[in-house]
Amino acid sequence: MARGIKDKVAILGMGCARFGERWDKDAASLMVEAFEEALEDAQIDVSELDAAWLGVGFDGQNIGPSGIPASIALRLPNIGVTKVENYCASGTESFRGAVYAVASGAADIALAMGVEKLKDTGYGGLPVRTRGTQWDMIGTNGSAPGNFAQLASAYRAKHGVSPDDLKRAMAHVSVKSHANGAKNPKAHLRKLIDIETAMKAPMIAEPLGLFDCCGVSDGAACAIVTTPEIAKALGKIDLVLVKALQLATSNGWEMQGAGWDGSYMHTTRMAAKRAYAEAGITDPENEISLTEVHDCFSITELVTMEDLFISKDGQAWKDVLDGKFDADGKIPCQIDGGLKCFGHPIGASGLRMIYENYLQLLGRAGDRQRKDPPNLCLSHNLGGMPFQNVSSVAIVGLEK
Amino acid sequence: MSADFGIISIGAYIPRRRLQRAAIHAANGWFAPNLRGLARGEKAIVNWDEDAVTMAVDAARDCLAGQSKEDVIALSLASTTLPFVDRLNSGIVKEALNLSENMQAFDLTGSQRAGTSALMQALGSNATQLCLAADNRKARAGSEGEMLQGDAAAAVLVGEGEPIATLRGSHSMTIDFVDHFRSTGEDYDYAWEKRWVRDEGFQNVLGGAVAQAIEKIGVKAADIDHVLIALPGKSLPPKFVKSLGFNPESVADTLFSNLGYSGTAHPFVMLAAALERAKPNETILLASFGQGADVMVFETTKAVTQKRDTGGFEKGLANKSADENYLRYLFHRGQLDLEKGMRAEYDEKQPGTALSRDRKTVLGLIGGKCRETGVVQFPKTDISVAQNHRATRTQDDYPLSDKLAKITTFTADRLTYSPDPPTYYGMIDFEGGGRMISEFSDVTEEDVSVGRDMRMVFRIKARDDMRKFTKYFWKATPVREATKSEAK
Repeated sequence: MARGIKDKVAILGMGCARFGERWDKDAASLMVEAFEEALEDAQIDVSELDAAWLGVGFDGQNIGPSGIPASIALRLPNIGVTKVENYCASGTESFRGAVYAVASGAADIALAMGVEKLKDTGYGGLPVRTRGTQWDMIGTNGSAPGNFAQLASAYRAKHGVSPDDLKRAMAHVSVKSHANGAKNPKAHLRKLIDIETAMKAPMIAEPLGLFDCCGVSDGAACAIVTTPEIAKALGKIDLVLVKALQLATSNGWEMQGAGWDGSYMHTTRMAAKRAYAEAGITDPENEISLTEVHDCFSITELVTMEDLFISKDGQAWKDVLDGKFDADGKIPCQIDGGLKCFGHPIGASGLRMIYENYLQLLGRAGDRQRKDPPNLCLSHNLGGMPFQNVSSVAIVGLEK
Repeated sequence: MSADFGIISIGAYIPRRRLQRAAIHAANGWFAPNLRGLARGEKAIVNWDEDAVTMAVDAARDCLAGQSKEDVIALSLASTTLPFVDRLNSGIVKEALNLSENMQAFDLTGSQRAGTSALMQALGSNATQLCLAADNRKARAGSEGEMLQGDAAAAVLVGEGEPIATLRGSHSMTIDFVDHFRSTGEDYDYAWEKRWVRDEGFQNVLGGAVAQAIEKIGVKAADIDHVLIALPGKSLPPKFVKSLGFNPESVADTLFSNLGYSGTAHPFVMLAAALERAKPNETILLASFGQGADVMVFETTKAVTQKRDTGGFEKGLANKSADENYLRYLFHRGQLDLEKGMRAEYDEKQPGTALSRDRKTVLGLIGGKCRETGVVQFPKTDISVAQNHRATRTQDDYPLSDKLAKITTFTADRLTYSPDPPTYYGMIDFEGGGRMISEFSDVTEEDVSVGRDMRMVFRIKARDDMRKFTKYFWKATPVREATKSEAK
């Protein structure tokens, strides 16, 4: 294995805009909102930035295919700004660019920004867009919920779980996230829901009902990263360090090969294994303090617990019902409300997750602060569809 | 003509949905009370993703089951509802059937007897020709045509070998008799008075041609075992049958009650129905009408009972789902303007370059099989998908359209746009290897479960409404008892 990223990069400051239907703000203003908080947190001047990355999920959706909009919005000092997109992992991809730049020594201080202005598209869910010329000829005319809903059909068949049991566990996932999101002033959806409401909601894509789906929002989040040495020189005492940062991309095996049964995410398992190795984690269930995972849909979160090896295969639905991932459970999941309550402005989500993990590690998470002090926090993105995707796992922790 | 040249095989396709005529009348009776007498039985209607081309493919597959495709050197497609005016529709069919590139293909249109004219021409040649006919005509809401017409396709394979029927003789008559017409670019027929059409058209033009044919061929009307007169309506005019001297018991049903009049396809559909129940050494008279008439007389052989393994007509009739949703029927035929929402605005522009490059993948459902490992995959790629054997450029063409498959994952999606929500789709695994994410067609909630047997059908994937282009691809549909022998 490569030498890895562990402990080479520190987070100097982070910022997160309020997520929601931000009718009054464009992408530029959302970026400014997140950036102001991060600069204040980092206690640096904008002129100290050496390089920047911008994550946006939808090519040309509203700001065009370059780094220029971030450079203009933030009035960056003519540094290199690279726009990246990797479906729903775009935010983490942006973070990866900045972290790698610092780790390589090419930059002392780098910015990772993620933004998405979904509510200018006019859609209730994610906009319809092409996945390539050949896919448009031979792919299915499906939506995001439809593609993820299939996990449930395969999970039920593989593990012999009844539709009602699985639906109830999925409802618990959403009820838990709403309870967490209600405490978060930056979340979009801040309403408590109950199990019956979740289970009886209108069907979107069998078996996913309305409350099995995450919100659709505008948002931005960012991180300023540097080396641990520079962070200390700048006066930082408690350092949040990057322990692992891994990406796994489908090579077509799930969709074209043989052997994948459709009930889990192959790439998440690959990325998790590599991330644990990179971070030196051997017992994730007992070493990971909390997770922010890609809960685009309740079923995604549920199977991800198994893909991250913090539930045994076929047991996640029981663990969910047992409260293992509740805010006061063994390993809280989406303690900030998750995609469920923040919505999923594609480019921003990965950074929003790291933002929460950063706050929790520093004890700055307010009403929702985990009492048992977190040590290692994991964030996870899943971009694309279960049968063809890019999965990212980032682990951050306090300097020992 | 040699005795071993004739109809080698016949196939039919009847769409699964059967619109109940009572439902039509329940909606339109206030406006067209005169149609109450026709408000009985049901008619076959295409799903939103079917047209004359896809139905022709279905019928052809039924016809070609167990036959050698390599022998087919000509393909004709007759229809008055072809999706393209200038793009060879039979060329699309050829790609879907994976027939040889070195063949002749032509579209025939312009009248309800375009199919029989092609069949006559084929029977007069010495080539192995697949003659297809398909129609899904549009009729105005509240019209008689709406009550009478149904959708169907049929296929007749003509060639040398072991025919199930041979041609004894034929006769054609051409007169510009305009009982109805539809001008280029128009959706609907305009028809003249029914009584005149019955007396002058059916009785004199068609009846006259039949009488001439009988005399010319030298058969006795009373000796004909199967009289197939392809006309719309509940039954033939009694005077027509009587004046020509047919045995009334030999006159075939017009298929009004269970199918409807299927235009150019109708003579072939009736022929398929007759050949599926005919005994050896029987006489069949087939007549079609349209600015004149085509009349053919066939004699069945002993192979007619031996080769009865497909039975597309009977199986097609049995594979049905009663439909009372008249508004959906109108919507699917573009006769009702429902609010489709923003998701329907997706630009379906088809790059011609990409379709040409990938035509075997898209239209033929041809995947790849690695000649080193035997791994099957879809689509075909330069580097094999096999995880433990990185073989490069080792894949041979591997057609998947006739392979059965099983559902591995599925959903019913109510968010994505579909003219027939919800959209069912999921991953399917083919027998013998290969898998794909596929849309499911003609399914209901009860039809989908992990492990369910599916077979592939050629369907419309989407329409580019801006440029008026129809995009085709393959979808999975449940294997139902009545259709089990179709996929091998």
